[in-house]
Amino acid sequence: MTQWCPGCGNFAILKVMQEVLAELQAEGTLLENIVLVSGIGQHAKIVDYLKVNSFYSLHGRAVAAAEGIKLANPKLKVIVFVGDGDSYGEGLEHLIFAAKRNIDLTVVVHDNRVYALTTGQYTPTSPLGYKGRSTPTGTHEHPLNPLELLLAAGATYLARGYNARTEQLKGLIKEAILHPGFALIDLLQVCVTFYNQYDHYNQRVYELTGHNPADYNEALSKIKEWDYNSDAKIALGKFYQVERSTFDSFFSGGDTVDRGQLIKTLLERMV
Amino acid sequence: MESLSILIGGRAGDGIDQASLLIGKLLNQLGFRIYIYRDYPSLIRGGHTFSIVRAAREKLGAHRQTVDFICALNQDCLDNHRDKIHGRTVVLYDSDVVKGTGLALPLTSMVKAAGGPEIVRNTAMLGGLAKALGLPWEKFEKVARENLKKETEINIQLARKGYNAAETFYKIEEQKKPVLPLVTGNEALALGLASAGLDAYISYPMTPSSTILHFLAQRAEALNMKVIHPESELAVIMMALGFAYAGQKTAVGTSGGGFCLMTEGLSFAGMAELPMVIVLGQRPGPSTGLPTYSSQTELMFALWAGQGEFTRLIVAPGDAEEAYYWGGVALRLAWKYQLPAIILTDKNIAEGTYSFDLKNIKRFPEEQSLFWDGSGEYKRYLATASGISPLAFPGEAGATIKVNSYEHEEDGVTTEDQRITRKMQEKRLRKGVALLKEIDELEAVKVYGKQAARTAVVCWGSTKHLCLEAAEKLEVRVVMPLVLSPLPLTQLKKALQGVAQIIAVEDNATAQLAQLLKGAGIKVDAVILTYDGRPETVEQLEERIARGMK
Ligand code: SF4
Repeated sequence: MTQWCPGCGNFAILKVMQEVLAELQAEGTLLENIVLVSGIGQHAKIVDYLKVNSFYSLHGRAVAAAEGIKLANPKLKVIVFVGDGDSYGEGLEHLIFAAKRNIDLTVVVHDNRVYALTTGQYTPTSPLGYKGRSTPTGTHEHPLNPLELLLAAGATYLARGYNARTEQLKGLIKEAILHPGFALIDLLQVCVTFYNQYDHYNQRVYELTGHNPADYNEALSKIKEWDYNSDAKIALGKFYQVERSTFDSFFSGGDTVDRGQLIKTLLERMV
Repeated sequence: MESLSILIGGRAGDGIDQASLLIGKLLNQLGFRIYIYRDYPSLIRGGHTFSIVRAAREKLGAHRQTVDFICALNQDCLDNHRDKIHGRTVVLYDSDVVKGTGLALPLTSMVKAAGGPEIVRNTAMLGGLAKALGLPWEKFEKVARENLKKETEINIQLARKGYNAAETFYKIEEQKKPVLPLVTGNEALALGLASAGLDAYISYPMTPSSTILHFLAQRAEALNMKVIHPESELAVIMMALGFAYAGQKTAVGTSGGGFCLMTEGLSFAGMAELPMVIVLGQRPGPSTGLPTYSSQTELMFALWAGQGEFTRLIVAPGDAEEAYYWGGVALRLAWKYQLPAIILTDKNIAEGTYSFDLKNIKRFPEEQSLFWDGSGEYKRYLATASGISPLAFPGEAGATIKVNSYEHEEDGVTTEDQRITRKMQEKRLRKGVALLKEIDELEAVKVYGKQAARTAVVCWGSTKHLCLEAAEKLEVRVVMPLVLSPLPLTQLKKALQGVAQIIAVEDNATAQLAQLLKGAGIKVDAVILTYDGRPETVEQLEERIARGMK
């Protein structure tokens, strides 16, 4: 039933999510209080494959929709799946503002560094010189370092995962969901068809150890180690985590009021 | 219609808005029905801004060619409005800065001598006006004290100086009528939405809808409403869709430019069957156009905005009371039918001030959303006979609630199956049939003027009162559709029975209502169009209708 190419990194992410949801449920989270939101792209199909509340949204707009869901009902745990073209390109403003607000969402970016659903164009995280269908002679722009950008924007949880390191990924996603505030995981998800980076990643990834995630400057320097372009080592794990008041906590709703009476009173004052 | 008109003008920053509201409130206290038109350029300081306050025995919402008083705080005010002077017009002016003839009041030096801030000139002018109207000082002082909460004493002191320096020209009689609230179209709309159960209002500031955001933000806590100003209109509409999905009644407000950005979300609402209300405050375009002036140019845009084919509700109120009622109706019906509703207003309604009588407001259609009964597997898009699927919201045990921007099966999962595609498209459109039936039971088309007349003036939105007043003299029928989509054709045809000639009056250059009617098989014989951002006067319209009448 799933419509991904054999070998696509999305299969591992789907399996990890199934496990995460099962674990959360076993630990007492009611499944009906979970909402999955997706953008448009290969990543987004994940919501069709999980029998959980879902909001299959628009390209770039998943985060804004997720904010609405969370603000409407702060009880809900809202997990957002987006793509790199989707959220670092078309929907970047929403991502930055959601981080700025520190609204309690978990954003999982399936960062395959290529537009897969539209057959292989470059994205905001494709390296300089990437040759895709819209850039046959190679791109002339440097990639964005999304974690650096989101750290500056005010995200309170930032991590990088890799679909070939599923045990670690599971831990990160669960931790991000339980983090009270804006959490983002830049997830290296390999697109075998248009940008197969397995060999490249496998040779360079390492797990962050001895790192203090509460220290902004330490997080920044680790985040800058690999700029999505150079041939540096690629750290996997949690870069940053702090607690700060969340936007949604200001909207938890008060007591019901007699609107009819209130409106009458307001009108009486307008004479 | 017998009425009193007062024009007050100065530079932006002279406090014209506040002063005109105070004049309105003063005359309101005497039992008059009030209408205030605000005219201001897109500037914070400088330029020329003015208001016309009209008071009459009956409800009104337009202004006439001439005014009875001009209160000039700068030279432009007098120079720009000489054409509004009639034989008995009294001109009050700050003789320190304006050259004129009439009632010279040295306001600038009065304010200086008293050590007050320059802006207090407006209150000093109002003191003079009160005397000119023949009102006792105590009457004025009472209203002024209630309304001037900041620097009250210096304001009152200077108003008294203005009062003492002026003469009396009129003797305004108190009306034996109840005093009604003075409410702008936007305030009325906000209250109507609140009354119909609005849970959240989300908006990015844009004239002429911003004052809904301000009004509700200020009262959010009292109303127990979530009022949010996000980063852009793109975020606004998507957040609103998120709210709707989670079960909260939500409205957004914008103007044409912001609505452009919302069209992708609007189309999504059509596909995902998520209810929401969009307040679309029209102003002249294209593009930024004239940000602070009025037009009726977004009817076609509202009708066709968004890709694909889906049902939408469009209502167009014509004054504050209609904004209240139709705002509430739009919210209720959007939820009942799970579709987007657009409330078309314009700057003249949004920022115009009207006498508002809650007793004139009819009951909204009952709140009757269809909810899931908890039995069997929940299907968000269950294909029912009416096309309306039972609702459930995240948090409800036993239900998996999936909404989808792609074509989907009944359970919300993506599909590209031909048969299902056809079935779901038909289901969504079926809701429109049911909606139209319900609209036919409401008063979706109003008939005014001379009911038996063979000439009918057709109008929508803020041209309502202009047409009503012009129709008085010309003895024509006035037909005003309040719902524009789905078009209440049966009611329209009934309203136009026996008519030999139809004249459409619109604030746009391409006769958009006339086009819509033509598409529905109603031929409009003549069109009267304005597109300079300013409302016509009653006399101008009277003349144009008379010329167009066969
Ligand atoms: S195109 Fe790439 S991202 Fe899409 S399913 Fe195939 S491998 Fe996965």
